[in-house]
Amino acid sequence: MQADLNVILPEIVISVYAMAALLFTAYTGKDKMAGMLVWLTAALFAVMALWIGASGGGTRTAFDGMFNDDGFARFAKVTILLSAGAVLVLGQDYMARRNILRFEYPLLVALATVGMMVMVSAGDLMALYMGLELQSLALYVVASLRRDSAKSTEAGLKYFVLGALSSGLLLYGASLTYGYAGTTLFSGIIAAADGQAPIGLLLGLVFVLAGLAFKISAVPFHMWTPDVYEGAPTPITAFFATAPKVAAMALVARVVHDAFGDVVGDWQQVLAVLSLLSMFLGGIAAIGQTDIKRLMAYSSIAHMGYALMGLAAGTVFGVQAMLIYMAIYVTMNVGTFAFILSMERDGQPVTDIRALNMYSKAQPGRALAMLILLFSLAGVPPLLGFFGKLYVLRAAYEGGLAWLAVAGVIASVIGAFYYLRIVFYMYFGEEGEGLETGRAPVQWAFLMVSAAVMLLGIVNMFGVETMAQAAAATLVN
Amino acid sequence: MDNLLSIVTFIPAVAAAILAIFLRGEDEAAQKNAKWVAMIATTLTFIVSLFILFDFDPSNTGFQFVEEREWLLGLKYKMGVDGISVLFVMLTTFMMPLTIAASWNVKSRVKEYMVAFLILETLMLGVFMALDLVLFYLFFEAGLIPMFLIIGIWGGAARIYASFKFFLYTFLGSVLMLVAMVAMFSDAGTTDIPSLLRHEFASDSFSLLGIHIVGGMQTLMFLAFFASFAVKMPMWPVHTWLPDAHVQAPTAGSVVLAAILLKMGGYGFLRFSLPMFPVGSEVLTPLVLWMSAIAIVYTSLVALAQEDMKKLIAYSSVAHMGYVTMGIFAANQQGLDGAIFQMLSHGFISGALFLCVGVIYDRMHTREIDAYGGLVNRMPAYALIFMFFTMANVGLPGTSGFIGEFLTLVGVFQVNTWVAAVATTGVILSAAYALWLYRRVVFGDLIKESLRTITDMTKRERAIFAPLVVMTLLLGVYPRLVTDITGPSVEALISNVETAQAVAQATSQVAVADH
Repeated sequence: MQADLNVILPEIVISVYAMAALLFTAYTGKDKMAGMLVWLTAALFAVMALWIGASGGGTRTAFDGMFNDDGFARFAKVTILLSAGAVLVLGQDYMARRNILRFEYPLLVALATVGMMVMVSAGDLMALYMGLELQSLALYVVASLRRDSAKSTEAGLKYFVLGALSSGLLLYGASLTYGYAGTTLFSGIIAAADGQAPIGLLLGLVFVLAGLAFKISAVPFHMWTPDVYEGAPTPITAFFATAPKVAAMALVARVVHDAFGDVVGDWQQVLAVLSLLSMFLGGIAAIGQTDIKRLMAYSSIAHMGYALMGLAAGTVFGVQAMLIYMAIYVTMNVGTFAFILSMERDGQPVTDIRALNMYSKAQPGRALAMLILLFSLAGVPPLLGFFGKLYVLRAAYEGGLAWLAVAGVIASVIGAFYYLRIVFYMYFGEEGEGLETGRAPVQWAFLMVSAAVMLLGIVNMFGVETMAQAAAATLVN
Repeated sequence: MDNLLSIVTFIPAVAAAILAIFLRGEDEAAQKNAKWVAMIATTLTFIVSLFILFDFDPSNTGFQFVEEREWLLGLKYKMGVDGISVLFVMLTTFMMPLTIAASWNVKSRVKEYMVAFLILETLMLGVFMALDLVLFYLFFEAGLIPMFLIIGIWGGAARIYASFKFFLYTFLGSVLMLVAMVAMFSDAGTTDIPSLLRHEFASDSFSLLGIHIVGGMQTLMFLAFFASFAVKMPMWPVHTWLPDAHVQAPTAGSVVLAAILLKMGGYGFLRFSLPMFPVGSEVLTPLVLWMSAIAIVYTSLVALAQEDMKKLIAYSSVAHMGYVTMGIFAANQQGLDGAIFQMLSHGFISGALFLCVGVIYDRMHTREIDAYGGLVNRMPAYALIFMFFTMANVGLPGTSGFIGEFLTLVGVFQVNTWVAAVATTGVILSAAYALWLYRRVVFGDLIKESLRTITDMTKRERAIFAPLVVMTLLLGVYPRLVTDITGPSVEALISNVETAQAVAQATSQVAVADH
């Protein structure tokens, strides 16, 4: 028991912190302390990330295999914690000035983060579900954080209803899996599926994957994404676009490799089709968007398609490619949302991309940073986004999915169009009403750092490559 | 000097970074500083690059000045030049100071303009020096970003359409090449270009989706690379982005596009398509040769009908690039030497022609041919220069244009007489459109009211044309300057290709005999 608790110590620390802080603030300063709590939570995330990252190699399991602490989980957790911390800090100024910075916000994010950490460590369908629901429930609430806004509450409700549907699918799949494997443990399922899985087990797999596809917003389970992205307050949108995506993607990797690693051929097709549809729909549907948040929603759908392409390869290299892709994706998105958060006019947030007309004249530095991020998102060399694509393409090709690689690069050309359109407004447009973007230095710093990473990361990727390699090796055997 | 190539490549990038970070403001002084920093950086690059030329040993057919470092994903940062690439490096460093000088009158956002051109120079040099597949792709594709901005920000009225078309067209062409590169990486286990040149890619025919593919993987990979280089070149029928891009780009942008960026396609054919996929090349040679012949005749005819000077020269570029592809896929000494020669010579000549258009555009702000006439009365020096490059464009013996066209025609004549015959009519057509353009713009009486006060070329403009005139004449009367350097490398390339093709032929005959 003692040993088991040791393994989940980081999760316990964050949960206890969240609950203690909740009680304490509820009886004392309430919303006045929210700003301080945001920084405190972010600092805790950073410390935890450092701790988990430095806790050395090796694989430990707890609760009879329900919870794994391996290299893969640690890589995912560090990415989740750092991005969650970054997004918290990013949105603080935005929320404070709009009076929606409630003290529950950082604490709900902390709880969601615990859920994500459980997800990526899950070694059992029950643990998986627990983590997923903890994350989702917290996210439903933060999506409707702006209680008096119809759009925000609508976003929360939509997210909740569709999320519940996906949970239902997932649970149904889990029960089928349990029925045919006789266990919910991944290690038991993989033994039951040995070589030739019974049809019921495969059905279970498909339902579980469908449920998870909702969370990573892969087509055709993506419908909620644009509405929720648009409706939720921008800092929340930024959060949705980063940490939960990493967690859900890592969870997919864990389920398919830990529980169904022997029947690669069976889930490979499913993931390949999800990937193909996501890449194309994400690219095509974004063309007509003028709201930058909706545009980023479709952009994230397309990016999930590329990450899934790596996963669909079904190899160690594929998992490595996916992890690298996600790490790069998160970095790009933090920078992009730092910019979006800073877009405002007369104190009101602006999300129309046409407002960026000739932005490069007013703010050459920020425009340049955004330009770098946009080209990186489009996957144009020499920026880091291109290397993400290169990894997944190689994984897909070597995994025997050359057709998917070809489709992926064609989709990336379609996708390039809408990123170029933002560049067009910033650089080629005509001068219109000005846009104020200079308020929060934190946002400026994140934007600049993120752009610099896209540019300088191509030298050695700051060592992420080898870390991802080690992480992937612990997942796939 | 172990890393001479990297130094040459990154001098402009460093200058760009200095400009971007330290230069503030939009006033007169800041603009002047930006121009001078760019001028000094590009000139310095040219001077340092001369060391490459002096130390280059033409008799060595391998790569020289090689530098190598480990990089991500098992890739390498590897640079080097051989007889095929070294002159393209020189062409780039030679043209860049001239383009900067030609941009002296740019008024808006001078700093960004210079930064874009400096970055572009680094990327173009990288393309010609990269000895790693992905590194090559990196430089090749990254060049789209500054060019997209150059056309989009400093271009003409329809610049938005032109810049998007330019970017998406070339991007679509290149991504297929990326997949082929990934395939090569998986197949050969390396992205090192010298190793890949020795690697034999599978050429067994197979069926895919019911289509029988002669030459198998090699043909598919050839097609993927072809998609990229043919668009870049550009070859008929995927040339339509070029006239738009040229017309809308600022003068210096057109010069760089015509003189250097187009050469990347030809260089790609020489570096990748022909030597790495000899069997695939053999299978598709007839297609490429006929596409080139059609390009020469068709675009020359289209050029005849143009009302816009830049568009006319752009179509003439496509026609001249037709000679290049034709020469490359003739795959013999004359053809390849001629193709390289033609690319270099076209770099000087078309660059100069776009500068000629720029000179009068700066004064009259129109490129309509009908808006001019009788310029010789007011601009004798201009008339002389324009005449010289018109003749060079036509391929008058004594200018470099003649050597390139003649050699490629000789080369292709040995392979396919009909293609040579069709292509030769292009020489006549090019004389027709070029001379007609010249007559309409320069000769006749000066009757247009607006032209009465037009002034002749300034000292700065004359200084820009002087080196181009010298190079065009020098190469025209002493072509060995080029062929001595390219000869041995080209010879080695051809013998490798022929051996590989013979081996593949022998294996397939054995396979047939076994049946």
